Amino acid sequence: MYLSGVGIIFNIGRYTRFIATVMRKPDKWTIFRRQLIQEMTIIGTDSVGIVALLSVFMGAVMCLQTAHQISGWIPVYTIGFTVRQTMILEFSPTLIPVILAGKVGSNIASQLGTMRVTEQIDALEIMGVNSAGFLVLPKIIAGFICLPALVVMSMGLGLASGAGIALLTGVSSMADFEYGLQVDFVSYDVVYAIIKTTVFALIMTSVSAYHGYFTSGGALEVAKSSTKAVVYSVVIIMLTNLVLTKLLLT
Amino acid sequence: MIEVKNISKSFGKHTVLKNVSATFEKGKVNFIIGRSGSGKSVLTKCTVGLLEPDDGHVFFDGRNFTTMNRRQRKEIRKEIGMLFQGGALFDSMTVEENVKFPLKMFSDMDEEAMSSRVADCLTRVELDGHGDKYPGELSGGMQKRVGIARAISMNPKYLFCDEPNSGLDPQTAIVIDNLIVDITREYGMTTVVVSHDMNSVIEASDTIHFIHEGEIAFKGDNAEMMVSDSETLNDFIYASKLMRKLRDKSSK
Ligand SMILES: Nc1ncnc2c1ncn2[C@@H]1O[C@H](COP(=O)(O)OP(=O)(O)OP(=O)(O)O)[C@@H](O)[C@H]1O
Ligand SMILES: [Mg+2]
Repeated sequence: MYLSGVGIIFNIGRYTRFIATVMRKPDKWTIFRRQLIQEMTIIGTDSVGIVALLSVFMGAVMCLQTAHQISGWIPVYTIGFTVRQTMILEFSPTLIPVILAGKVGSNIASQLGTMRVTEQIDALEIMGVNSAGFLVLPKIIAGFICLPALVVMSMGLGLASGAGIALLTGVSSMADFEYGLQVDFVSYDVVYAIIKTTVFALIMTSVSAYHGYFTSGGALEVAKSSTKAVVYSVVIIMLTNLVLTKLLLT
Repeated sequence: MIEVKNISKSFGKHTVLKNVSATFEKGKVNFIIGRSGSGKSVLTKCTVGLLEPDDGHVFFDGRNFTTMNRRQRKEIRKEIGMLFQGGALFDSMTVEENVKFPLKMFSDMDEEAMSSRVADCLTRVELDGHGDKYPGELSGGMQKRVGIARAISMNPKYLFCDEPNSGLDPQTAIVIDNLIVDITREYGMTTVVVSHDMNSVIEASDTIHFIHEGEIAFKGDNAEMMVSDSETLNDFIYASKLMRKLRDKSSK
């Protein structure tokens, strides 16, 4: 169903309507604010640990790998340069959202899926609450705010850990590494990274929410939705990455 | 009063409701009965707009719900309380927060007024002192009662209960039935109860609609039901040995 032509058109149509419903004005701002803070804790604060860990290791590994590959006429500052370019252009803005799609996306989909199959979403609707907006908008906004922050943190930690490992292992001097970090630096790259991240944040939260919200059946279907949420988020993030890179960098 | 007029509903090729009409009266407990899978839940969901009927109209005190836009429906929804088949309590909230939720979303009450309203509702369903618990910590019957408390917190004009006592022991079931009857009389609500439990039907019903194969096969009250000559209805009523014994006794 999903991959047939009709299936794709059906899902795109339903997704568009879903997002239109989600984007309506919240019924009560005080409640929305409280939910937003809750979601920011789940999506943002609770992800700091894993993002920090991955970034530190990634920066260090990039540094060592580049050092391993350069020899002869390739200047040593290439190490700092490569760590910078990888972290800022790809690892932080793309892979961090992909990893969070696994952690946060499956959480969103299974929460909404459970609420659907236990009729909690119907209960909201019957009270006159816009259930899609009520449940999903705080998640989307929280993703919008938290993901860029996490990604900037990831960039910083990656570069710092690259520098750290370079000094520790002696593959590069601080001066060379620093020169590498600064050479040919275009600040637009960071802007590009942030733009990508916000788009990926929207994809991750909304695609996962979509799959959870339209679950039907029981516990088994909730599990399926949560898998689909992750798979589709990742695939769509990757496709969008290709398109955005082409649009923004060339 | 709620009037359902010529509602039809299919899922794909599977027709669940065929041209169903029913009238649910104010101040009365109106039962929808029928076998499992006969379309009782689908009929209630079409009535309150959780499902869109393919055809037909629903009137809440003369107001045509089917043709209303989103904003108008929202106003009617605020007058509806619903107890779901599985309770449908918000499991991230305590009992008290569950009951308070509709008030917080839609009333202009201050915190104090809300708390006292919640306390009243919980007392009504005999659950004082359980406000701090989470739904996961309650028994099935207690969850149903919280569901009722939440459904009546906004003083609804219309109350829908989908199998309020499925999965409960007969004594607890009767407590819930009586509770529904009492609050219906007390607040003059239009109450619709979906059930396939003959005990409840006899205990609590004022009017009865029997659905069979997507159609209303019988309309009437308790006394009329017992003497009906509809074969499908009789098969339904007298499915249990207990009911057959009762019938044989009364005909002697
Ligand atoms: N969302 C849906 N999609 C497809 N079919 C559905 C849907 N909801 C209900 N049905 C079908 O409609 C029929 C009636 O279902 P319904 O839930 O109304 O039964 P019921 O009378 O409430 O039964 P029970 O007493 O077991 O709750 C069933 O055959 C069911 O498979
Ligand atoms: Mg049912």
